[in-house]
Amino acid sequence: MEAVHITSPLDAKTVRELKVGTPVLISGVIYTARDAAHRRLIEALDNGERLPFPIKGQTIYYTGPSPARPGRVIGSAGPTTSGRMDMYTPRLLAAGMRAMIGKGNRSPEVREAIQKYKAVYFVAIGGAGALLAQSIKKVELVAYEDLGTEAIRLLTVENFPAIVANDIYGEDLFEQGRAKYRRE
Amino acid sequence: MRLIAPKLREIKARDIAETVAQLCQRANFELDEGVLAALKSAQQTEESPLGKEVLRQLVENAQIAERKNLPLCQDCGTAVIFLEVGQDVHIIEGDLYQAVNEGVRRGYTQGYLRKSMVSQPFSARKNTKDNTPPVIHTEIVPGDRIRIICLPKGAGSENMSKLAMLRPGDSREGVIDLVVRAVDEAGANPCPPLIVGVGIGATADGVMLLAKKALLRPVGKPNPDPEVAELEKEILARVNKLGIGPLGLGGSTTALAVHAEVWPTHIACLPAAVNLQCHSARHKEARL
Repeated sequence: MEAVHITSPLDAKTVRELKVGTPVLISGVIYTARDAAHRRLIEALDNGERLPFPIKGQTIYYTGPSPARPGRVIGSAGPTTSGRMDMYTPRLLAAGMRAMIGKGNRSPEVREAIQKYKAVYFVAIGGAGALLAQSIKKVELVAYEDLGTEAIRLLTVENFPAIVANDIYGEDLFEQGRAKYRRE
Repeated sequence: MRLIAPKLREIKARDIAETVAQLCQRANFELDEGVLAALKSAQQTEESPLGKEVLRQLVENAQIAERKNLPLCQDCGTAVIFLEVGQDVHIIEGDLYQAVNEGVRRGYTQGYLRKSMVSQPFSARKNTKDNTPPVIHTEIVPGDRIRIICLPKGAGSENMSKLAMLRPGDSREGVIDLVVRAVDEAGANPCPPLIVGVGIGATADGVMLLAKKALLRPVGKPNPDPEVAELEKEILARVNKLGIGPLGLGGSTTALAVHAEVWPTHIACLPAAVNLQCHSARHKEARL
């Protein structure tokens, strides 16, 4: 299937058009956040504090890149297991986050929230960190520098490859794929 | 009576450190040839077009990683180090485990590898900033050499490990069920296509080490015991019928290989363990 070029942050119309299984090439900006950063974002929400970046409409990429060699913008930067973020995700979707990139399937609660808040979840190829890093053109530190690889960074990406895994229509790529090829 | 001085071969601690540093980097940059061949061959047999494309991208990832000295995966793992120390080796000018720690520190720092180790795992989770400490398994073996194997183990697959103290009556079928269930429940998380490490026998601690050691075998090389090899074959066929496929997006290649290691056990026990390994199946070794 031909990949669809999309721009992040995504607008509502784009999200409506994305269906499970569609390959996309993402250009624009995405924020990195994984376990420790999520915990802090939720703590900030709990304390009624402002988040370190305006999350409304934004895309979060679950990754903790390896360090950049001198002269390069980033090291290896593939997705981490999204399921560990499930406990935090509905809160962030309620706060306005519109898209996520990671690997692996999501909990029923997250899938429900994706539908409710009209968001989208993409998978990138797990373990293809060297390949995916080629689409990352610029990296800026946003917050939580002390978390090292887990700090929140703003990535400028060009044609970052991913696949729609959960859409606003409640479909799930993993379930569909498994059902199709299961032989028992 | 005349005492004969044992002939000990001297190995310098700093040579051990340097070897470990190199192995950590090579394991992270260079995909094992056997794994690469298995990924390429799976591209021919995979039923899902999307699965084929994923496998193609994994091969491309390996080429980029090696060319640019970039880690295959940003999760450069816990450094699991296996040492087989010959009993006629004398380590000089330093301490063995300190040397291994120094090697990991140097390898992860010089190689721009990600440092993922945190101390006080249940609370502060403070990054040690140099990926130490490694997990070290040491065996004393005959001879006067040291074999060092570095297995950087990613968390996505390690988190999907399973241990079961089965009943002896659960038998062969119980072991198969456990492994198939572990792979099924893990789904996309451990980054399939997998190498499935299986341990059978020993004790709770021993069986998990067997499962991890099984990952060190060249990909797809059967266990020398024909009965175990037959078990591996059967589990592989079952696992590849689950439909999980490359990266869990659906397909017929969920595992590249199943490696089982077996050890005797107690009359009341049938321990079984599963240690899954992602498609990069990183490990490199050297002899000093």
